[in-house]
Amino acid sequence: MPTEHAFPDSAARNAQGEFETEKMSISMGPSHPSTHGVLRIQLELDGEVVTKADPVIGYLHRGDEKIAENMTYNQFVPYTDRLDYLAPLANNMAYAIAVEKLAKLEVPPRCQAIRVITAEMARISAHLLGLGAFGIDVGAWTVFLYSFTEREKLYKLFEELTGARFTTSYTRIGGVARDVPDGWTYKVSEFCDQFIPLLEEILDLLTRNRIFVDRTSGVGVISREDAIAYGLTGPNLRASGVPLDLRKDKPYSGYEQYEFDVPVGTKGDGYDRYLVRGEEMRQSVRIIRQAIAKFPPGKWYAEDARRIFAPPKDKVLTSMEELIQNFMIVTEGPQMPAGEVYFEAENPKGALGFYIVSKGGGVPWRLKIRAPSFCNLSILPKVCVGVMVSDVVSILGSLDFVMGECDR
Amino acid sequence: MPAALDAVAALKGGWAGVTDRASLDHAAVNVPASDLPGILGLLKRDHGFDMLVDISGVDWGMNAKPRFTVVYHVFSTLGHEYVRVAADCADDLVPEVPSVTPLWAGADWHEREAYDMFGIRFTGHPDLRRILMWDGYPHFPLRKDFPLAGIDTVLPDAEVVAETKTGAIAAPMMGGPFVASSGEINMSEAEPRAKDESWTEKRPKP
Repeated sequence: MPTEHAFPDSAARNAQGEFETEKMSISMGPSHPSTHGVLRIQLELDGEVVTKADPVIGYLHRGDEKIAENMTYNQFVPYTDRLDYLAPLANNMAYAIAVEKLAKLEVPPRCQAIRVITAEMARISAHLLGLGAFGIDVGAWTVFLYSFTEREKLYKLFEELTGARFTTSYTRIGGVARDVPDGWTYKVSEFCDQFIPLLEEILDLLTRNRIFVDRTSGVGVISREDAIAYGLTGPNLRASGVPLDLRKDKPYSGYEQYEFDVPVGTKGDGYDRYLVRGEEMRQSVRIIRQAIAKFPPGKWYAEDARRIFAPPKDKVLTSMEELIQNFMIVTEGPQMPAGEVYFEAENPKGALGFYIVSKGGGVPWRLKIRAPSFCNLSILPKVCVGVMVSDVVSILGSLDFVMGECDR
Repeated sequence: MPAALDAVAALKGGWAGVTDRASLDHAAVNVPASDLPGILGLLKRDHGFDMLVDISGVDWGMNAKPRFTVVYHVFSTLGHEYVRVAADCADDLVPEVPSVTPLWAGADWHEREAYDMFGIRFTGHPDLRRILMWDGYPHFPLRKDFPLAGIDTVLPDAEVVAETKTGAIAAPMMGGPFVASSGEINMSEAEPRAKDESWTEKRPKP
């Protein structure tokens, strides 16, 4: 006897009496441990499979480009720390070189070597964090503890050099803030010596780890064509098989004198991205060792940077000429020629670019920051479709982004 | 001859209205906005500039004609060279250029950002909405007539407004580190104090 009762699932049946699946929309983030900051992804789910992913960014938008238009070139240096705040020294260098191109300044070899050493240390520190966080995302807690111990040693060295652990603001336009302290390079060498065996130990925790390989291998595959079309750079691009490294292909700051290899992936999945980052740390140590071995003597700032730098304090207090110059630089900013420059540096996350439009004077007319994390995240709507929610976590960890840089 | 200069010479020969653009570093051209997809497509296809690294809007000021320019940087992953391609927007009130999303999928977010910050419309873009500011935000922050402090704005969510009874308020500028805007010479106008648009000694903090 047929019953008159409506079954609870009757609403899910269509006219033909078949079940219709309903898609669910969930917000992942902005406060989610795996989104590494304040990224929100609006996911559309069919069961546990993602059918659509729409990243919502801008939670950390501070208007850095607007701020840059309202301050002198020197004053913007601390703001570059806060882009990719895991590698402030590399950001400082990229910005300084962009402005130096505008000002047509050549910095001496010692300054270049200091910048290379600090940028590579920043790369190691950023990759260690990326690795640790990636490990946590896919369930390997131990890596995080090891890698943060090593980062702490790097921060001690940064603090000794710059006075700050995190936001260093070390680079000046036309040089660096101060020369390296006595014995600092020796300490860096010591760090490198003890770091290499530890790095192998850290990587051993993941490379042959069955759970880690299962969670990352074949997950988030980005083809070579897609990687280029979406403007991916850095380890994410190289993991997809494109051997593009600006340190090698468009050398700056004396990178052409150092020997190092550019690791390249074959499959473009999360595991390849992990392997590339691991190898990059070994290569960074190689570069640091070479830079220290031929650490050149001389000045750490360009001689003709005087029209940009404030003069030494003792001179300002005793000499009329320097006092006037100091006043002019502080109030009006360093006088730059009119023109346009675009410079990209190979940062830990990818190519960080600065496009500067100058109309002359001490303030940029327009300063556009090309953030690698912004471009790297733009592939999410493509790469997240058809994967499980737990794989989204793995993909985010493998892309290794920083929202401070993405949102600017 | 480097590929970038080669490409620029080919462009000037093949397209009307393509002119050299003053540049301190890379090869650069001005192109008519309507030819953008054609020219960038040619650079990508025939000259190996396969990666679009950046799209940037530029506002030349309220009185400038033309007021808005869109600047593209393309990069060759094999030749390791950049070319800068710039196109002026014909209309200053409704600036518009054709979208290049069919050429590079990555142009999507760059174009959304330029729209968000400058109000430049990219015709043919599949989903042109704000990216860094929230949906429904009424201003374009990187335009030169937008004050540094920001403009008081109602928040988009009515529930949040009812609870907090406040909107997005302009930032305090008093004693800020800001010194001068490009082009300003009058020092009294360039002082941080003069730039405060929200609260001063006379107008207390809201």
